[in-house]
Amino acid sequence: MWTPELALALALAIPALGGVMVALLGNRPNWREGATLVSGVLLALNIAYLVEIAPSQPTLILASIAPGLELAFKLEPLGALFAAVASGLWLVNSLYSIGYMRGNNEKNQTRFYVCFCIAIAGAMGVALSGNLLTMFVFYEVLTLSTYPLVTHKGDAAARRGGRIYLTILLGTSIGLLLPAIIATQFLAGSTNFVAGGLLALNDVTPMIAGILLVMFAFGIGKAALMPVHAWLPNAMVAPTPVSAFLHAVAVVKAGVFAMLKVGTYIFGPALIAATPTSQPLAWIAAGSIVLASLIALTKDNLKARLAYSTISQLSYVTLAVMLGSPLAMLGGALQIVMHAWAKITLFMSAGAIYTATKKTNISQMRGLGRHMPWLFGAYTVGALSIIGLPPLAGMWPKLFLMQGTFEAGQVVLATALIASSLLNIAYLLPLSARAYFEPPEEAKLKKPAPMLVILPPVITAAGVIILFFLIGPLRDYLLPVFEPVAIVETVL
Amino acid sequence: MDILAHLLPAGIAAHAPVLLVVIPLILAPIAALMPSGRIAWAISLLAAFLVAILALVLLGEVSQAGSVSYHLGGWAPPLGIEYRVDALNVPILLLVGFVGLLCTIYALPSVADEIEPGKQPMFYSAFLVCFTGLLGVTITGDAFNVFVFLEVSSLSTYALVAMGGGKDRRALTASYNYLILGTIGATFFVIGVGFLYMATGTLNMVDIARVLAEDGHSRVTEAAFAFIVVGLGLKAAMFPLHVWLPNAYAFAPNFVTAFLASTATKVAFYVLIRFLFSIFHPEVTFVAASFTWIFAVLGTVGMIVASAQAIFQTDPRRVLAYSSVAQVGYMMLGLGMGTKAGLSAGMLHLMNHAMMKGALFMALGAFALKFGVRSIASLNGLGRTMPVSASAFTISGLSLVGVPLTVGFTSKWYLILAALDRDWWWAVAALIASSLLALVYVGRMLMAIWMEEPPSHQGKAIAASTAPWAVVVPMSILALANVYFFFNADPLVHLANAAAEAVMGGR
Repeated sequence: MWTPELALALALAIPALGGVMVALLGNRPNWREGATLVSGVLLALNIAYLVEIAPSQPTLILASIAPGLELAFKLEPLGALFAAVASGLWLVNSLYSIGYMRGNNEKNQTRFYVCFCIAIAGAMGVALSGNLLTMFVFYEVLTLSTYPLVTHKGDAAARRGGRIYLTILLGTSIGLLLPAIIATQFLAGSTNFVAGGLLALNDVTPMIAGILLVMFAFGIGKAALMPVHAWLPNAMVAPTPVSAFLHAVAVVKAGVFAMLKVGTYIFGPALIAATPTSQPLAWIAAGSIVLASLIALTKDNLKARLAYSTISQLSYVTLAVMLGSPLAMLGGALQIVMHAWAKITLFMSAGAIYTATKKTNISQMRGLGRHMPWLFGAYTVGALSIIGLPPLAGMWPKLFLMQGTFEAGQVVLATALIASSLLNIAYLLPLSARAYFEPPEEAKLKKPAPMLVILPPVITAAGVIILFFLIGPLRDYLLPVFEPVAIVETVL
Repeated sequence: MDILAHLLPAGIAAHAPVLLVVIPLILAPIAALMPSGRIAWAISLLAAFLVAILALVLLGEVSQAGSVSYHLGGWAPPLGIEYRVDALNVPILLLVGFVGLLCTIYALPSVADEIEPGKQPMFYSAFLVCFTGLLGVTITGDAFNVFVFLEVSSLSTYALVAMGGGKDRRALTASYNYLILGTIGATFFVIGVGFLYMATGTLNMVDIARVLAEDGHSRVTEAAFAFIVVGLGLKAAMFPLHVWLPNAYAFAPNFVTAFLASTATKVAFYVLIRFLFSIFHPEVTFVAASFTWIFAVLGTVGMIVASAQAIFQTDPRRVLAYSSVAQVGYMMLGLGMGTKAGLSAGMLHLMNHAMMKGALFMALGAFALKFGVRSIASLNGLGRTMPVSASAFTISGLSLVGVPLTVGFTSKWYLILAALDRDWWWAVAALIASSLLALVYVGRMLMAIWMEEPPSHQGKAIAASTAPWAVVVPMSILALANVYFFFNADPLVHLANAAAEAVMGGR
């Protein structure tokens, strides 16, 4: 009865049906939020099952469009892990959304929750896709369904941000990603994700593979590799739960995940290392890491600072893919997971501060730590994790990546990583210091923040600590994906 | 479908080819004599329904026998007129029949809204004549007969477009322009057919092809080829011979636009394929040259230029009209590849485009029933005011762009693969560029529909409402077909492949 194929279908059906329920219950807010939470729990349970069975790699074919062209899903460890992160954080984010949206009396809440459901279905589709076409379809579903979320406020600034968001994401995906997919289909006769790399197995020359690699790297605009990052800061006009969702759970993560999946299953590490373009792309990624961190330093608006921080952290994954070493790619995969938990903590903290005080700029947040000690505790844990300090989850991806760069003999890239960690300290920690150690502006908050916006960041901060200790099982789970195994064993 | 043929009396199935043309022809004057538009509509509906059934019967016969030849009056070809149905024109018959049926259902509220009651019976009569002409063009196997039916459909179309003059006088100029250019096209075509008759001494298509294959080509047949291509190009709105189309579509009554956009240019395009592939041979030097240097090149230019022009239009109907010109470019490109894969992809796009444009123009008509639609701004907020029509518009609009999960993606995919087969990378680039342009012009309308404030009356938003069932039903069927045939692509792909196979044989 409970077959793997059914579970695959349910991973998409649960959020989709959840969306329908939310729409139907639109004028009864408590029931509506109930529908969101119930689908969140069901989805998380379903994904937990999928994570368990992922090594058996079940497949589900939805429709066959042309010979070699199918709408198909295939479960594998990378996708299962991304699905687990997205569904788990969706649940936490939903709790937080309820507190935030009600606390700030936002309008059009039904549309908001429906779009969230569709977007998570899109993220599941990307995670579980069995070929490039399916991935592309759900990638676009994700773009389109988050557009109403970005423009939620509906004023001129929101529309402008939304227009940039849509133009860049659709433009890059149709202009570069789709042609790359078509070329793949033409070269390999299919677009299926294959262990070892579809193009490598079809003996595509490194030159042509190199051109395709560039098209994928910039065509997957959601990975926000500079210079196609501009949509991300502009999407900051959205309500904070959306920002948290965009930057931690679904959109950007779907981008770097897609990049990782393409690198692993379409090219394969060996072919990437052989292409002439992987080296320049690694440099561009390293440049993005440092440059975005520097820009983040100049931002006083907390959400804008976090946005540039995200751009910087995402490029870690792109860099990992471009290095073409299994070790670095393992680091990239872990970065998707670890950064998600840490960054959602930071965004939810920013939103909680806004809900309680209506303050958006770091310079105004003096002494708030006295009013909201738990919240700033969570913020600090998230920040330290992004910096990469033990015993926090963010340490592992940085360690593996660093090892990967040294192994590849890329000392300059390793320097960029170190510089980035130092910059992280410079732009993330001043807020903690200011909040705890400077005297508060007001003796008491006018309106204390609701429980539902404080609790979720605390939960995710706890998750960051727990994940640090889960590295063993996670590594074992991902190991088979990035052959050869031996190198990884020697490091740990 | 075989069951259908058995249900009908044996005589009817045997005479299906001629009945297909005769039924609407006979009902046309009867409709004109009716006292009210409603009765005339019922008669049109009957005609369209019967035609759709007969088209299905013919599909059944063709899929069994390969082709059906009907001798008019019992006179055997090449002397007598032959109606000939094969895998190439059976999809067109089905298309005209079913889209005609859906459009006729849609006509009831639309025509009642736009045409004076006294003129409605005549209007339906003109529609039936046009319908007859399109079917006749598609089914006949006689080159001169094509000209006759082409003029039957064109003359009635001029009248139908001019009927938009009741609301907007510019319809009269649009119709007049169309008449001038359409007549030039028809004249070119008939001159070409005349030359062919001069060179071969026969008018039956199969017979012309036989004589041409035996005797070879001469300057006369080359001239005939040029005249026929230009004449049919005008009728099919092939870039740059499309200048009549935008105004004709923009000012005609909404029902006429929906019907013409999804049938008339398609039929002309079919005739072009018939002449290029069945009568002239695609391997003859000058025909092969015309594929690469005329059809592929002009098709590509048309795809880009007309899409770019569509972006700068303010009237949604003109946006879609320019988009139609661009879509003809896609089909021309497919044809111009001169391969079976290319022709098949072009045929597929032809059928898919009929679904998209039919639904899009119907949705615009639904908006027009409640609000005047004269600019993109008049679409503002209709997503909330008329959610059903707006959704249908959105689905088919996305299909027009070529978004996956719609048929627009399927046919573009096949076109791209066919282009890659020939190593035409520039064509792939053009296809993608044109899709991006389509994204812009469709996106502008969708933004207005979903993101702007809904229309209000004295400061209060107008309550949400649905168009009449006669609009909603056919519009929804066409819009959902856009999604259905993505997931179940086989039937249409099979029809398209069979059509390409029929004219190109094993090549």
